Amino acid sequence: MSSQVTTVQASVWEGGRSPYATNSKKFGMWLFIASDSLTFSALLFAYTFSRVANPNWPRPFHFSPSIIFSTIMTFCLLSSSLTMVMAVHAMNHGNRKKAASWIFATMGCGAAFVVLHLSEWMNLIRNEHVTPSSNPWGVPLFGATFFGLTGLHMTHVIIGIIYLTIITQGILRGKFKAEDVEVSGLYWHFVDLVWMFIFPLVYLMSVSAS
Amino acid sequence: MSTHSQEVEHIGGNAITFSKVWICLLGLTGIEVLLAYEHTPLMIMLTALLGLSVIKAALIIAYFMHLKFERLSLFLTLWPFTVFCIILMLIFLGDAMRIPGMRPPL
Repeated sequence: MSSQVTTVQASVWEGGRSPYATNSKKFGMWLFIASDSLTFSALLFAYTFSRVANPNWPRPFHFSPSIIFSTIMTFCLLSSSLTMVMAVHAMNHGNRKKAASWIFATMGCGAAFVVLHLSEWMNLIRNEHVTPSSNPWGVPLFGATFFGLTGLHMTHVIIGIIYLTIITQGILRGKFKAEDVEVSGLYWHFVDLVWMFIFPLVYLMSVSAS
Repeated sequence: MSTHSQEVEHIGGNAITFSKVWICLLGLTGIEVLLAYEHTPLMIMLTALLGLSVIKAALIIAYFMHLKFERLSLFLTLWPFTVFCIILMLIFLGDAMRIPGMRPPL
């Protein structure tokens, strides 16, 4: 019996070659982003569901200060994305100090976002008397969904700032490579991306008529 | 989206491109805020805001997250199914629309 030897060319989809041409850290972050986007979608959907089911849904956001504040917050996050992508760009070109400077700017914008967001929360709690379980308009779901959604997003921003602090220390010590900065950048841009849906759907759609 | 034949991991975009995308994102945000300031009718505003948000998200994913410069296989693995799952959630919205009509009159 003669044995036949066949040579099989490993295709991209058989895993013979790297099908995505990307490193495992980056691919892992992409998978996390895909799963986390489903979490935020579910929360945004819960907010929308509650709003549609309650015709007397409150619209507590006055153009000044709430919308102006949230617009400045959006500006902070968009600017932080620009500085983050500049950091990745600098790191890809081997400029560690410049990359660290851009990441510091990103963290500054993120911190400004958190401070503005907390002051916006305080305005709602103190002046409009909105809490996660009650509000003057008798629609407790508003506070629950609003604080749940924006709170989870703010938690992501705070975790992002901590993550970037660790990355900055690492690149200044020569410990981390360009791919590590790129992976942290992916996380940060995702946080920005989520806000691009929260800002219009939660804030702009609920501008007070007065 | 780059082709499969490209083996070299390349660095996508430059500072000018990123700045242009940032300005574009700020402009789109400005339009959104203007719509709210003008108290545009609710359904028109919802449609416009969702459309603008999707454009902004696409710009961020393509340029800031570099997906435009990655392989097509990565995009096809991650996003069509995620978007499909998100759209599936909308099935329940019909229930939300029926709830106000089911409440007994006070």
